[in-house]
Amino acid sequence: MTAPVAIALEVNGERVEANVLPRLNLADFLREHLQLTGTHVGCEHGVCGACTVRINGEIVRACLVLAVQASGQSVQTIEGLSDSGEIADLQVAFRERNALQCGYCTPAMLMAAQDLLKRQPEPSREQIREHLSGNYCRCTGYQAIVDAVEAAARARKARTR
Amino acid sequence: MTTTRKTEGLSASDRPNSYIGKTVPRPNLDRLMQGRGTYVSDIELPRMAHVVFLRSPHAHARIRSIDGSAARQMPGVIAVVDGNELSATITPWVGVLSHLKGLKSAPQHAIALDRACWQGEAVAAIVATSRALAEDASEAVLVDYEVLDAVTDMRAALDPKTPVIHPSLGDNLAFERIHSTGEVDQAFAASDEVVEAEFVFGRHTGVTLEPRAVVADWNSAEARLTIYQGTQAPHMVQNIAAHHLGLNEQQVRVVCKDVGGSFGIKVHIYADEMATYALSKLLRRPIKFVADRVESFNTDIHARDHRCIGRVGVARDGTIKAFEIDDLTGIGPYSMYPRTSAIEANQVVNLVGGPYITKSYRARTRVVFQNKNVMCQYRAVGHPIACAITEGLLDLAAARIGMDPIEIRRRNLIADDAYPCGSPTGLRFEKLSHQASLAKLVEMMGYDELRAEQAVLRNKNIHRGIGIASFIEVTNPSAAFYGVGGARISSQDGVAVRLDGQGAVICQTSITEQGQGSEAITAQIVATALGVSLERVRVILGDTDNTPYGGGTWASRGAGIGGEAALQAAKALRSNILEVAAAILQSAPDELDIANDAVVNASDRATRMELRELARIVYFRPDTLPPGMQPELMATRHYVPREFPFAFTNGIQASWLEVETETGFIKLLKHWVVEDCGTMINPQLVDEQIRGGVVQGLGAALFEKCIYDERGQLTNANMADYLVPMSGEMPDIDVGHVVSPTLESELGAKGAGEAGTAGAAAAVINAVNDALRPFGAIITEIPLTPDVILRALGRI
Repeated sequence: MTAPVAIALEVNGERVEANVLPRLNLADFLREHLQLTGTHVGCEHGVCGACTVRINGEIVRACLVLAVQASGQSVQTIEGLSDSGEIADLQVAFRERNALQCGYCTPAMLMAAQDLLKRQPEPSREQIREHLSGNYCRCTGYQAIVDAVEAAARARKARTR
Repeated sequence: MTTTRKTEGLSASDRPNSYIGKTVPRPNLDRLMQGRGTYVSDIELPRMAHVVFLRSPHAHARIRSIDGSAARQMPGVIAVVDGNELSATITPWVGVLSHLKGLKSAPQHAIALDRACWQGEAVAAIVATSRALAEDASEAVLVDYEVLDAVTDMRAALDPKTPVIHPSLGDNLAFERIHSTGEVDQAFAASDEVVEAEFVFGRHTGVTLEPRAVVADWNSAEARLTIYQGTQAPHMVQNIAAHHLGLNEQQVRVVCKDVGGSFGIKVHIYADEMATYALSKLLRRPIKFVADRVESFNTDIHARDHRCIGRVGVARDGTIKAFEIDDLTGIGPYSMYPRTSAIEANQVVNLVGGPYITKSYRARTRVVFQNKNVMCQYRAVGHPIACAITEGLLDLAAARIGMDPIEIRRRNLIADDAYPCGSPTGLRFEKLSHQASLAKLVEMMGYDELRAEQAVLRNKNIHRGIGIASFIEVTNPSAAFYGVGGARISSQDGVAVRLDGQGAVICQTSITEQGQGSEAITAQIVATALGVSLERVRVILGDTDNTPYGGGTWASRGAGIGGEAALQAAKALRSNILEVAAAILQSAPDELDIANDAVVNASDRATRMELRELARIVYFRPDTLPPGMQPELMATRHYVPREFPFAFTNGIQASWLEVETETGFIKLLKHWVVEDCGTMINPQLVDEQIRGGVVQGLGAALFEKCIYDERGQLTNANMADYLVPMSGEMPDIDVGHVVSPTLESELGAKGAGEAGTAGAAAAVINAVNDALRPFGAIITEIPLTPDVILRALGRI
């Protein structure tokens, strides 16, 4: 074990400074140091996707990033995306389609869905299924999630017309 | 939709503005979508410490000594506790039920005392100020093991040469059941064709995305233990924790907030959770245990793992003459507590042949101990096995006599007008709809067109298959499941409904929520029966201090049992409200009704008084009420089915898939389900239970398997090597319904949580065999990995 390291980063637009052990991963930092518990830990080895957050606009697995690596970066979590209203339409679509059951995968699933819609505003069902394949859901069987993302994409398109 | 119920007049659920049968969004979703839920892993309490369990690396080993002295000196360490020390705080248990005659098991301790019986059994607890520090210290605990022979292959467990895991039990046979109905030998002799196959089902597990987690908080000043746990059965946990810690149930409160997936994984009592309760009491502070993913694979109950030889005899016209099975399953070293590990095998015996008119049936199942992780009830307990055997045999028989799979089912499924009737194992069916479901499925999937497409593609060397699977599902269990066997697992549920000071409604229910929509359907029922808008109903669940006593949510019972209790409680409150309203309005209760949050005239529906106003008078100006009147704006009702031990449901599934014969990969193209769960309170939630259940069944069919080596080492205990379905691999699933409400309850709802899982794998196996028919390959093993497919094709 080595000594704590000072880090400074931006989390959901707020400046955060902390002293952390070098081994601390970003997911645990967000959850345990900042109490941002919307970032969930499912497997801790980068497979299930439940800890997905954004660093400088790109989605990453917070369990595979060390907190010290996030120093100087801008991190966004589900709490930030919810408060800014950026994914409000996706959340409405998820609610109407019941695209979540236990909800444990959902914050990360919304992150991944938003990432897709930013890249590809009119994804096919296959593209949605492909893009979300890094995020496990054990409850829904995925179809409702695919439907919700498809509906949100369609609604966004209609609004921009 | 076909409605088969005919009732006189309007029931409470048919009231104007009914929410029953309507798709409305669940009330708790925003919290979860915004990352503002409270899962156990999110909970932090003052003075809370973290426990890490040191687990046996051996499948079977004597513990000669444990030395925690070095670990105790590590930073942040609060305690290192072994099984002997903890046994002064918590007593061991034996997972048996008296109605499973002959079932035996050995005492299991919260932490192993002198012997570890599976790789992953806890041998010591390390408590520290953080999980990371506890993990560091766990590496400094020295355990001297004497490695013992491990019993791993269930087929060898009963061999006299195999060591007996628990010598006090005499052998490795935990349970055996033999059943026979009718003249089985004569029926087989009279059959034109008899087909036999061995069916092999891999061990798999639930992989809840949130691992098991518990925070136990012993307050020594109050002499009370609060357990925060993502359990499906809070009152069961309360009872068992109290019993083994030497407390009264009053001294234990179980709080269950958001739960990150359960599927039956979180309905059991696990040794490490019991150890966490005991550690909190021992150390007088809150202790948190959150399993990591490796621990989840090694200690969350596993399921299935059956080998079963099945036979069916048929006449040339397709009539089923007899079924016979000889089933074997390995359950690990202990029968789980308190539901036992014999239920799945028992269900297999009960359910084989269930959808069909079968007069002759013989079955044997044997349940054996082995040095692997414990096995117990996971979603659709026994159903996927019984269904795959029954439906697999039926397809083999159909192929033998040259009959279409749909036709052989049509000729043998119980007629829709034959009810009530029973099965050869004594199951009682109130009302099922196999034939209507089959007809609807054939129509939905366009069966004839698919067959034509299959034939065309076969000529182009593209191999697609259709698989059909009928099933029955056990739902709404009465005390017959566990209570009669001596387990203090309630089969009844309670709901309390009250009007608050603003005329809104607070509802406390003993069923629990793990994402199925328990909260939503309870609110829909209460709002409907009372006549209030849905937004006015707040549902409280998952807290033994704040809900009526009841069973919780498992075995597809929440809607059928908890829902009926909610309906009756809301009706009772409505009657109480109308009595007060009649007094205030100088009317009679039967001249009034409640609609749209107000008391109205029953005749012309004119609004007489807002509920808000009624609540104001009752709570703040009771002096204005007639003398002697004491309003009761709270009502409680409980419910348990008494007439039928189980409310059976039925359904049928179909899979359409393509097998790549060069690579062995299977592409699922489409899946259909028709099911009959009786009254649907929220059709969208029913459909989503079905879809989610199907995909869990598809996971078992194609990917999921806990792979043990011959030494009892689990070789794929991580998410990269243990595969679960991903969105890219799953098909769209069309769901249709036939509706045959149970007449036992006013609501008429049966369960829907397990129907999807019950038949999905069977449909896929049958579809794969249908696709491979030109190759003469027959596979009766899951998961259907590329390796299994290519071996069957003789390519490797």
